Amino acid sequence: MPMPLHPFVLHRPDSAEEVIELRSALGEDAALYAGGTELLSAMKMGAISYEHLIDVKRVPGLREIFDQDGSVHIGATATHHEIENHPVVVDRLPSLAKLTHSVANVRVRVAGTIAGNLAFGEPHADPPALLMALGGTVVVQGAKGRRSMDIAEFCVGAYETGLREDELIVEVDVPIPPPGSVATYMKFQVLERPSVGVACLGEIHDGRFTSPPRLVIGAVDEVPRLVDAAAIDGADIQDEAGMGAVCDAASRAVDPTDDLSGSADYKRHLVGVLARRVLRKLAGEP
Amino acid sequence: MSARKISFVLNRRPQETEIDDSVLLLDFLRDRGLTGAKPSCEMEVCGSCTILIDGLPFSACTTLAVEVEGRTVETIEGVARNGELHPIQEAFVERFAMQCGFCTPGMVLTAKALLESNPDPSRDDILHWMEGNICRCTGYESIVEAILSAAAKAGTGDG
Repeated sequence: MPMPLHPFVLHRPDSAEEVIELRSALGEDAALYAGGTELLSAMKMGAISYEHLIDVKRVPGLREIFDQDGSVHIGATATHHEIENHPVVVDRLPSLAKLTHSVANVRVRVAGTIAGNLAFGEPHADPPALLMALGGTVVVQGAKGRRSMDIAEFCVGAYETGLREDELIVEVDVPIPPPGSVATYMKFQVLERPSVGVACLGEIHDGRFTSPPRLVIGAVDEVPRLVDAAAIDGADIQDEAGMGAVCDAASRAVDPTDDLSGSADYKRHLVGVLARRVLRKLAGEP
Repeated sequence: MSARKISFVLNRRPQETEIDDSVLLLDFLRDRGLTGAKPSCEMEVCGSCTILIDGLPFSACTTLAVEVEGRTVETIEGVARNGELHPIQEAFVERFAMQCGFCTPGMVLTAKALLESNPDPSRDDILHWMEGNICRCTGYESIVEAILSAAAKAGTGDG
């Protein structure tokens, strides 16, 4: 049974600078807090405990979503519910709108934020794989200013990220896929979190891959894995040899573990099946 | 411990109270006798503790009570007005959309939030939106029928 939360002090800074000062002063005694969907759950289980929570929801400008210079900028504290319904995301990044629509359940989408999802580093999460396929970056701010990391730099391991102790995520920038290309995400899920999620960004012209698609396997390993898809560069979508080679590469790119959402062998099998489906989806197949 | 004063609206009544930062909304509500929201899975999965904040569903089990500051909270106790059931509650009664009743407050509130944002949902819209509310008696079909019926009645003006 969950216990009452270990008492903590909630800080509500009004600026990113104040968040950074608090982070620097409190160090490991403090955690950043936004939707609380992951953090409060883990605290209730007694898995983690903090003396201080730093609520970032009052930092102005952190919740905006807008389209500028070929990218969609998603503010750190934008909730999944806001992202899935935002006209800019629906129009420019329909794959992300669809993915977000299927994150957890409606209550988690209403409370949970994109930055919280990334910062918690939960391996069985939906967004990282698609964000990696799309070439998204995580913009963070610390005492020395802002820097951005791609998803491979940010997602370091299970529950480990590239976020430093004095930093906060300010936004996630997602390049709008070029015209003609298709981004897609498919998952297999039996419990509350995906067993496997596969994302892909690529382009098919006249039945051929115009370049190696960006195929990413998520939710099954500690971090999302980019698959080498050079074997189908320029290949015909019907080219079974190339397609088979890439799907095998996808299955080998991950190191799954046996757990309630499936055995390691089963998850590897799912990776191959979903990889084939997302690649076929590039050709407009259902 | 760290307490702060908050004001908010609970079931249409303005409230002012002092509350510790680390108190969960579910405990806060239940300690006030509002026991319609139930502790069950305690991890945002089952929906039995669903309450509405500014019209949207939240898991009260994993929401800090201080989050309601300046906002409007609705629990199942506030859904009926002047002794009259809400049309969604009536539809649940008409369609026998409850068995043991444990999940019903969460089901009704989640459905209310759906119909307020999407008054004419398809069956698929309902299935997707309600996916996070678990009925351990497995009485899902009549729940979906009740929500469709409430939406249809509201649409034709009989509701």
